[in-house]
Amino acid sequence: MSIVEDYVARTDGTCGKDKDVIVTFKYDKKDDAIKKILGKAKLQKSIAHIIFELTFEKVSFRLYGSGKAIFRNMKDKDELNNILSQLLS
Amino acid sequence: MLNPYEVREDFPILKRKINGHPLIYFDNAATSQKPRQVIEAIKSFYENHNANVHRAVHTLSQESSELYENAHEEVAKFINAEGMEEIIFVRGTTEAINLVAYSWGFHNLGKNDEIVVSLMEHHSNIVPWEILSKTKGFKVKYAEVNSDGSLNYGSLEKAISDKTKLVCLSHVSNVTGVINDIKRVARLAHEHGALFLADGAQSVPHLSVDVKDLDVDFLAFSGHKMLAPTGIGVLYGRREILERMSPFHGGGEMIRDVSFVQKTKRCSITWNELPWKFEAGTPHISGGVGLMEAVKYLKRLGMENVRTHEEMLTRYALSRMEKCGEKIMIYGPKNASGMCGIIPFGVEGLSSHDIALFLDNYGIMVRSGYHCAQPLHEMLKLASSTRVSFYIYNTREEIDRFIEVMTEIERF
Repeated sequence: MSIVEDYVARTDGTCGKDKDVIVTFKYDKKDDAIKKILGKAKLQKSIAHIIFELTFEKVSFRLYGSGKAIFRNMKDKDELNNILSQLLS
Repeated sequence: MLNPYEVREDFPILKRKINGHPLIYFDNAATSQKPRQVIEAIKSFYENHNANVHRAVHTLSQESSELYENAHEEVAKFINAEGMEEIIFVRGTTEAINLVAYSWGFHNLGKNDEIVVSLMEHHSNIVPWEILSKTKGFKVKYAEVNSDGSLNYGSLEKAISDKTKLVCLSHVSNVTGVINDIKRVARLAHEHGALFLADGAQSVPHLSVDVKDLDVDFLAFSGHKMLAPTGIGVLYGRREILERMSPFHGGGEMIRDVSFVQKTKRCSITWNELPWKFEAGTPHISGGVGLMEAVKYLKRLGMENVRTHEEMLTRYALSRMEKCGEKIMIYGPKNASGMCGIIPFGVEGLSSHDIALFLDNYGIMVRSGYHCAQPLHEMLKLASSTRVSFYIYNTREEIDRFIEVMTEIERF
């Protein structure tokens, strides 16, 4: 099992003009995932540990305390997997 | 008067907590929650009466058939149809509209014909017509919407002509909640000799809908938005029109006879009577039973009370949201009496999905995206929108909590 499969429960493309991707982390792994991501990505701003605006490798995304993240302008699944692998390793 | 606190007691799911917060369910335009009475009716059906309908002489089949037929009768009374012959059970609004497209449209629309829809339609009232027009060559004309998302009646009147064979319009917009004057549009369509199809997905669960008073030829709606399970919906059709229409799907149940003719080496087929002519195969019997119980539940509450409660909630939410802060933008009309419990909005600097995810953190379920109405979003120049939608179990206190959280998000 890859590290992404280990942490990620599902990924969903969003509906709307902007084609974003929502990543939902596995419930029992979400706290660990959030900790790892916050340790690697650069924090731009946050509200009350609920919503974190982050950047990593020129990719901007938002991470939520509920264990979900929204990634913008992903070219394809490979790019998303690559970013997630780095963030979660 | 509807007491939402009493109503809530019937909905087990509302006791749930999400992310440590009490669940606030504001995504009712997508699907409603189910009361214990509906859940119990489905359970009781499987525990006591389950059998295929119209296929056997045994007791269980007779009980099952009676329940399924009663469900049609109950729905017929609910919308004031002539009888169960005018009530076809389908999977939902989408299938109901597709049924009209293929059973009526395929045989009645041709090269020189036109149909009129509006730009506020859900994709399910656009795509079937665009697909069919490619085969049959008729023209699909679109009535425009005003800048607040309301229907431009002038544009609609202009689009309808003597070439128009069918006008299709949502009774209530699933994005803005605006209530369209479909009685006026039905009259206009009939003056030009056209039929009128109303998409009632967002109206039948919330308003008192009378097909005779509205003078609609077809009305499509879904059970799951009105307390019933998913996978069951309704197409109402005026009996004389349904009688002339060909079946949608072929198979068991929808035929009276299938007889092999030696001379032609083909099968000769006669259709079953209404509504079964349009219900091929084993139907969603438990769904029908659930829908019947849902209709009974709504009738007990009284649709006028449902409407009054939702209008109160909409008015209250609009007034609170308008004072919430400069970053919060309400899209669509702001007149609660002309709306049906739906408010689309946005927050400056955040995508609709960000807003929905933020609210989800606090146990508040809302919808984000296009809501299957991309043309309307394009017309309103919106990348997407966030939508709150209310129902019988929602309260002012839930709106207060929603506003509290929105005040937080505005700080971002």
